[in-house]
Amino acid sequence: MEPNPKRPSLAARLAAPAALLALLTALLAAAAFLAGDYVQRIVIIIGINIVLVVSLNLSNGFTGVFSLGHVGFIAIGAYTAAILTLPVNLKAVNLPSLPGWLGHLALPFLPATLIGGLVAAAVAFPVGLSLMRLRGAYISVATLGFLVIVQVVLVNWDPVTRGARTFAGVPGFTTIANAWIWAVVAVYVVWRIGSSAFGRGMRASRDNEIAALSLGVNVLRARLLAFCVSAFLTGAAGSLWAHFITAFSPKSFSFTQAFGIITMLVIGGMGSVSGSVIGVVLITVLSEFLRNAERGFDLGALHMPPLYGASQILMAVVFMLVIVFRPAGIMGGREIDIRGTFRRIVPPRRGRKAA
Amino acid sequence: MTPLELLLQQLINAVSIGSLYALMAIGLAMVFGILRLINFAHGDLIMVGSYVTLLLMGLGLPFLAAAAVGIAASTIAGLLMERVAYRPLRGAHEISMLLTSFSVTIFLENLAIILFRPTSRPFNAPPILRSIIERGQLRIAGLDLIAIAVTAVLLLGLTLFVRRTDTGIAMRAASQDILAARLMGINVNRVIAAAFAIGSLLAGVVGLLWSARVGKVDPLMGFNPVLKAFVASVIGGLGSIPGAVIGAYVLGGLEILLQGLLPSALTPFRDAFVFAILIALLLFRPNGILGSKEREKI
Repeated sequence: MEPNPKRPSLAARLAAPAALLALLTALLAAAAFLAGDYVQRIVIIIGINIVLVVSLNLSNGFTGVFSLGHVGFIAIGAYTAAILTLPVNLKAVNLPSLPGWLGHLALPFLPATLIGGLVAAAVAFPVGLSLMRLRGAYISVATLGFLVIVQVVLVNWDPVTRGARTFAGVPGFTTIANAWIWAVVAVYVVWRIGSSAFGRGMRASRDNEIAALSLGVNVLRARLLAFCVSAFLTGAAGSLWAHFITAFSPKSFSFTQAFGIITMLVIGGMGSVSGSVIGVVLITVLSEFLRNAERGFDLGALHMPPLYGASQILMAVVFMLVIVFRPAGIMGGREIDIRGTFRRIVPPRRGRKAA
Repeated sequence: MTPLELLLQQLINAVSIGSLYALMAIGLAMVFGILRLINFAHGDLIMVGSYVTLLLMGLGLPFLAAAAVGIAASTIAGLLMERVAYRPLRGAHEISMLLTSFSVTIFLENLAIILFRPTSRPFNAPPILRSIIERGQLRIAGLDLIAIAVTAVLLLGLTLFVRRTDTGIAMRAASQDILAARLMGINVNRVIAAAFAIGSLLAGVVGLLWSARVGKVDPLMGFNPVLKAFVASVIGGLGSIPGAVIGAYVLGGLEILLQGLLPSALTPFRDAFVFAILIALLLFRPNGILGSKEREKI
């Protein structure tokens, strides 16, 4: 396609978000190295959550197809990649009935993560093909059904997944660097799709399906593409998570986890990539803080006994309040416009009107 | 066992589990019909009623009295839920309401975890609910028969209520067109509260039958029943009460059928098959069996 002379070039449009992310990454990395192990873990979690929420935003925020089954894709990515990277000697012990070729295979992190994402996308395709024709609430319930299918298969496919038992011994490959590289890639991909003609078609079909159809938007194709790309990134995030936590079971991929990711998405603002990032940072830090608080603490004379579950209760209340008082979330579908802000602070000399 | 006896045995199993799904699905359908809200937290009302009953039985109350208070507790919890969480969202987007119902679920389940501990507790139903009637080869659980009978009575009562009483007629009007109903002088908030009260009462009854069936209660016990009730009401067409009942019995039959027909290596995958069939069904009938084809107005 010929570049449009009225629009700034690709590099110019990407410079600002890229610079922001690079700055953020550098700051986080610096902070993490100055602080201890604990902060580093949180920074990794934030990176993984950014991939999860931004990719969920692609399907739920841009196309308005509200999937509750994305935790199923996390599970698929996590198990696929973990089976691929598990050292051969551990495979012989933990997964003795694995087919031969798989039993003698131990892939490095990146290919395993890519394959994890691809398998998730491959599963998403037929699922999406059938579900994307449905209407709003039906899709949500049907994707929840998909999550149940994934869980049932994980629990019962003993030779490959160890069934309900813990899948342990996954190498701890995930670092701040690779988690955040994936985060940047996810933000970039979703941002690009969101600002392309295809992305505008997605938003149009979300806001008014009939109007979008009459303008020639292929609604089914737009939704399906968003769903599959979203599943790929989510699967990759599942692999990052698996190699971070190193031991998990089918129970790890629960409705509660789905709710956590959705909370970040909604509080940040659906349909806004920068909103997703803000939502992730805010909620991850807040819930980490609350999780520590619910273990019990002493504040002067006040002794607080442990109260497991209290942090979830508080998050649920915050979530309800946001839905009532600020249903569009913090960003409300808008993006942070760094160039615009910059121009406001330092106005251009020639008095040219800012777009 | 003769084929006829086998058929009868499986039929009773299917109808009794279908009855529980039906009572749950009705509550979902009534609320969805009026508000377009999928109340995911409906399952937690089962949990509330069961725990209250259990605690009162622990205090030495006879089963029937404890059960009555338990059902009342479910009803009150449902009304509170509507007042606190859903009323501020009148006119909000379908998805916002669905998400709110998730947070209500998370709230109630974690509250139960704090109050009652996360581990399950045994639920000792009175002997009549645990009795087994044997006729030749046939073994019928008393609980199954009671569940079927209770459901039949409740369905009859509900039908009379919806058709004959003013509130019932107002409820049907509101589910057809909430704005027109309001213009006709119907107090929609009262109708909605009534729908929640009835649905929650039914959920309280399901809670007792369900707890007696599995013999234990735990804070997350509402998740599976509500999911199944969803499936039932989606099969029947979300928002239609008769559809919900039909969907529930179809689901009960399907589960028992799969249990009997699947090779034993695949029986653990039964629920995966149930949901796969649901997804397949939605492809051909996107609005369920009884759901009307909804045309968006331009």
